[in-house]
Amino acid sequence: VKLLLNGIDEPGLSTLEGYERRGGYRSLRKALGMTPEAVLEQLKTSGLRGRGGAGFAMGTKVSFLPKGSMDKYLVCNADESEPGTFKDRELMQKTPHSLIEGIAIASYAAGTGRAYIYIRGEYVLQADILDAALREARAAGYVGEHVLGSEHSVSLVVHRGAGAYICGEETGLLDSLEGKRGNPRLKPPFPAIQGLYQGPTLINNVETLSTVPSIIALGGEEYAKLGVETSTGTKVVSVSGHVRRPGNYEIELGVPSREIIYGLAGGPAEGRKVKCWFPGGSSSPVLKEEDLDVPYDFNSMAQAGSMLGSGAVIVVDDSTPIMKVALKTAKLYRHESCGKCTPCREGTNWTVKMLERIDAGEATPMDLDIMASVQEHIIGNCLCVLGDAMAMPIGSMIAKFRDEFEAHMEERRLSHA
Amino acid sequence: MTAVRRFEHGSRVPGWDAAVDLEKDPAVIPDAATTEVPQELRAEIEGHLALYPDRHSAALPALAAAQRLHGWCSPEALEQVACVMRVTPAYLESVATFYDMLETSPVGRHSVYVCTNISCSLCGADELLEAMQSAADAAPDGAAEFNVRGFECLGACDIAPMASVDGVYVGPLSVDDVPQLLDDARAGRPVLPAKQLARRPCADPEAGA
Repeated sequence: VKLLLNGIDEPGLSTLEGYERRGGYRSLRKALGMTPEAVLEQLKTSGLRGRGGAGFAMGTKVSFLPKGSMDKYLVCNADESEPGTFKDRELMQKTPHSLIEGIAIASYAAGTGRAYIYIRGEYVLQADILDAALREARAAGYVGEHVLGSEHSVSLVVHRGAGAYICGEETGLLDSLEGKRGNPRLKPPFPAIQGLYQGPTLINNVETLSTVPSIIALGGEEYAKLGVETSTGTKVVSVSGHVRRPGNYEIELGVPSREIIYGLAGGPAEGRKVKCWFPGGSSSPVLKEEDLDVPYDFNSMAQAGSMLGSGAVIVVDDSTPIMKVALKTAKLYRHESCGKCTPCREGTNWTVKMLERIDAGEATPMDLDIMASVQEHIIGNCLCVLGDAMAMPIGSMIAKFRDEFEAHMEERRLSHA
Repeated sequence: MTAVRRFEHGSRVPGWDAAVDLEKDPAVIPDAATTEVPQELRAEIEGHLALYPDRHSAALPALAAAQRLHGWCSPEALEQVACVMRVTPAYLESVATFYDMLETSPVGRHSVYVCTNISCSLCGADELLEAMQSAADAAPDGAAEFNVRGFECLGACDIAPMASVDGVYVGPLSVDDVPQLLDDARAGRPVLPAKQLARRPCADPEAGA
């Protein structure tokens, strides 16, 4: 079953006319005919879990927002900066109205009067398309004052970022949206209680919100029949790296990972084998070839010692030294650490330095243990999980490819001697 | 790998040993009567200010607008934005220094971001960046024309290795594409039209239904 990518290349789908021709905005009409509580109930029954990385149940998140007449906000996280992830890009570019409709419905269920789409600054084309779609939707009365003549009003603004990985972290995003440096905030209070401009704020990923219209159309119960019990529905996975057909594929959660990497994306080139793969962006601990039969869903990935994350599968074949993967990963986090918390700022920096020491032939086997312990001291000790996002994959690489690191170290040491 | 920029005595921080003028007061919000702001820039920033309950939220779009006009977030650009937004230039500088797309020193006219993150580097991005850099350096007026830099994941791993040229995504690129790419960017033509992401169909077999 394809809910998001089905016919997404249809010409004109990004315009209001094309979207309405396919039955667009019918879910919004249906939702407005229900009470907000009934819409929320549908979202809860659907079992939809957030598609941005954390996998938190969306319906539950909505219900955390306090009742009352204070200013409440909905923020769509379109920062999509997790390496390997490019699903939101394709969704926004080709079917922007799905997102706008999803925001209109979610804001009705959550009672939020102001909504923002925070899109990364690099996505120029996608932001322009969203702006154009938003103008059409506004003119047609799908967003703005009294949506389709109802009591519900929601203003929507597309806000462009300026290039910072950390602004995909929800509280960093809020600070950035408030016009500051994108430094994460201490939690609690969680954004649902105190978020944007100190008001209760619902933050959801593009794919999550784009799925909402399908849930309302199908009914929560029908949607929950897709996928597996703890991971319902479909998911767009971005497959990249050493595969023959990289790209976005929509799968039902729970399919074997092998089916995604080999069946859909074609696997590594002739004669090459999978050495390791990231199941959910570069922040997820790497898995090896023997894990290819793990079902691709939230809980199975967690049981296998990794995570589904943003649904970005990065495949590395056996021609690539693990050192290169580790160094690339660590350098990203060093560059993107906002510098607010010491374990992350220093930990990412020292991890890169130690990896470079290995390459320079100056490392001793003890360095691997020190490096592993640096990772352990980052996890759980910072305001946000950026540091953890380096510590988990690097820790897993050291644990799973220790022999290769040691061999590389020895080889470098001898060649520099 | 790009070398770290070094300043006085090998420090990474420019001007670290320059004496501070302790008598000097910090810059205040620029005087609206004496600060000249180009009309279009003022109109654009005011348009952004109207979208948010708190004027500070307009900082990123306003700085981006000023950068388009001035080429980078120069002291003059910050002064103009600060004047319209009614904030101090220091506040804007604190914002501008945080974000990769806001330039805090003068750069070449055309931005060429080469993604060097995992998926792209598995597909040869490091060689691509090197080729791009040396081709830009060798080109006439290279430094004034091109701002070639490695960038963290640009979110287009399906077209790896790729680059964003003045905001337009192109890929998969090979080293052979570099001269054409730079020529197109310099001439203001559409960059490598056949390789633009905008034209790429979705990989999912049912996307074209």
